[in-house]
Amino acid sequence: MKSLSSLLAKTELSPRLVGMLAVLAAIWIGFDLVTDGLFVTPRNLYNLSVQTASVAVMATGMVFVIVMRHIDLSVGSLLGVLAMVMGVVQTQVLPSWLGFENPATWMLTLAAGLLLGLAIGGLQGYVIGFLGVPAFIVTLGGLLVWRGAAWWVTQGQTVAPLDSRFVLLGGGPGGTLGATWSWVAGGLAMAAALLAMARSRRGRRKHGFPLRPLWAEALVAGLLVAAIAGTVLVLDAYEVPQRAAERIWQTRGLGPLPEGYVMVHGLAISVVIVVVIAIVMTVVGRSTRFGRYVYATGGNPDAAQLAGIDTRLLTVKVFALMGALCAVSAAIASARLQSAANDLGTLDELRVIAAAVIGGTSLAGGVGTIYGAIIGALVMQSLQSGMAMVGVTASLQSIVIGVVLVLAVFVDQLYRRGREE
Amino acid sequence: MAEGPTPLVEMRGIEVAFGGVKAVDGVSLDLYAGEVVGLLGHNGAGKSTLIKVLSGAVPARAGEILIDGAAVRIASPQDARRHRIETIYQTLALADNLNAAANLFLGRELTTPTGLLDEERMEAETRRILARLNRNFDRFSTPVRSLSGGQRQSIAIARAVHFDARILIMDEPTAALGVQETAMVAELVRQLKAEGIGIFLISHDIHDVFDLSDRVTVLKNGRLVGTRRVAETTQDEVLAMIIQGEPPSSSRHPREGGDP
Repeated sequence: MKSLSSLLAKTELSPRLVGMLAVLAAIWIGFDLVTDGLFVTPRNLYNLSVQTASVAVMATGMVFVIVMRHIDLSVGSLLGVLAMVMGVVQTQVLPSWLGFENPATWMLTLAAGLLLGLAIGGLQGYVIGFLGVPAFIVTLGGLLVWRGAAWWVTQGQTVAPLDSRFVLLGGGPGGTLGATWSWVAGGLAMAAALLAMARSRRGRRKHGFPLRPLWAEALVAGLLVAAIAGTVLVLDAYEVPQRAAERIWQTRGLGPLPEGYVMVHGLAISVVIVVVIAIVMTVVGRSTRFGRYVYATGGNPDAAQLAGIDTRLLTVKVFALMGALCAVSAAIASARLQSAANDLGTLDELRVIAAAVIGGTSLAGGVGTIYGAIIGALVMQSLQSGMAMVGVTASLQSIVIGVVLVLAVFVDQLYRRGREE
Repeated sequence: MAEGPTPLVEMRGIEVAFGGVKAVDGVSLDLYAGEVVGLLGHNGAGKSTLIKVLSGAVPARAGEILIDGAAVRIASPQDARRHRIETIYQTLALADNLNAAANLFLGRELTTPTGLLDEERMEAETRRILARLNRNFDRFSTPVRSLSGGQRQSIAIARAVHFDARILIMDEPTAALGVQETAMVAELVRQLKAEGIGIFLISHDIHDVFDLSDRVTVLKNGRLVGTRRVAETTQDEVLAMIIQGEPPSSSRHPREGGDP
């Protein structure tokens, strides 16, 4: 045991990451046993990845918010209003001068959503940072205001159907990369990961810093490559039903489906979005001044101020970023359902906060990782779909998830105390 | 200390009030290059508040600050840094969740041409600086929360001296330190003084202050009691000033240094 943990230390992998992955594996294996092998199947894992995407995107932003010792209770309602506005923009506003099914519609719609998300988030951040109203109150108000606003957009009417390109963002039929492009994306991810590791090692050697042993480096690289390849393999093993495949080929103008051709799902576009956002947010958090200041302010607001950091403006930026991410989630969520309803995203604020917290983000501020929040979102969604699959009633599902949330934070605190002593 | 040259810093008639209570009430003092001025007084005498005016952390309600004889406006920590005033705060002002290099360069990060943080260069610089200050320092990748008081102090000091400070403010620099580390700080103060840096040293430990300072200034209840040259006074006299809030009646020394 001792030697195992010292070996683990040499790899410099965070014990928390290893622990969370172990928990996730345990949940998957447990449900797989209970459901006689229905849980860990390409189909279910694909669905899981698509269902997690919307919450995962918002959870990355919530990490920064919580790291800065704030909270955002408005994200679910913000998602609702942004989805409604984007629904109206793509079905009513844009078609009036671009016509229906214009190739630019989805991009303009998304851009409008992002701008509005930035503006609303920035407004809330301004009230918090410059007017000094606690984030809890401002965003609790936001929760009510934006949900009400979502109803107002269409007087409660659901907007459907959405633009046919826009709905691809949700990862539904046709909204996936397919076999070849999934491998291209996976290959790019592997190359980027290996390149980043090599660059970091070269840099450390140049300055004569301690390096981790080569075997540890190779082990981590191997695990990364295996994880990416495994993900692509699994998602590529989920076939598109013959009839749906024929329809997709026709709408893409490719003619009839060739004899014996099997179309597979591969990575959903929404999952690609999550991965890209996760990478960008990780780089922002670790390697930009903005990210450094977010963590510094969360660790010690006075020190940050004395170091000349404008923490009020930083608050505005963090909430504006959160708003923009809500717009991305709103696009994913409404595209997946192929409609925008004014109750979309209800209770998502709690899922998002829970994902960040289960992923190791400390409400005391200063601590939290992007990958942790995404694994946290995956843990929550796995529990929920697993229980639904087993036939656990919705009421019991909430009870279990609530208990898991509290338990996760408790275990995390035990772990932290253990490390400080 | 020659009286001829212009003082490095002059603070004139500084006044700070917190909700009607005058924390600093019309205090004037000055500091010359290569000089250490000790600030003494009880808790709440206004030492830290006065010095925070100079470091830009607290706004003054009245009074002016002159650097090299020219009036300057210091409204924020950035302003102070621009005038090469660096401060080591009593609380050290470190972000506990970040590592040594991140703290040392906080607010002044080094970046690569692409605009991203240059962690390696910052760590290399940090290793170089800290090797000079504290040879035992070897924990560069851990958050400073898990470091000892002395190690944290080393980072706070390194941060203040690394960026070519001309004026250094040290607020209780040895409060959290052991004997060996206190000696290290004393050595550093002498070295910086020799380099021509002006230092304000705040302490409640009169021995420390007498050991390192050229002059001492005593405050009580936000008011200036007086300034003495260490070479021309005794600890007893200064102690009496701290306690009574006025120079002892038998004092033969005229008040000096404060008034223009």
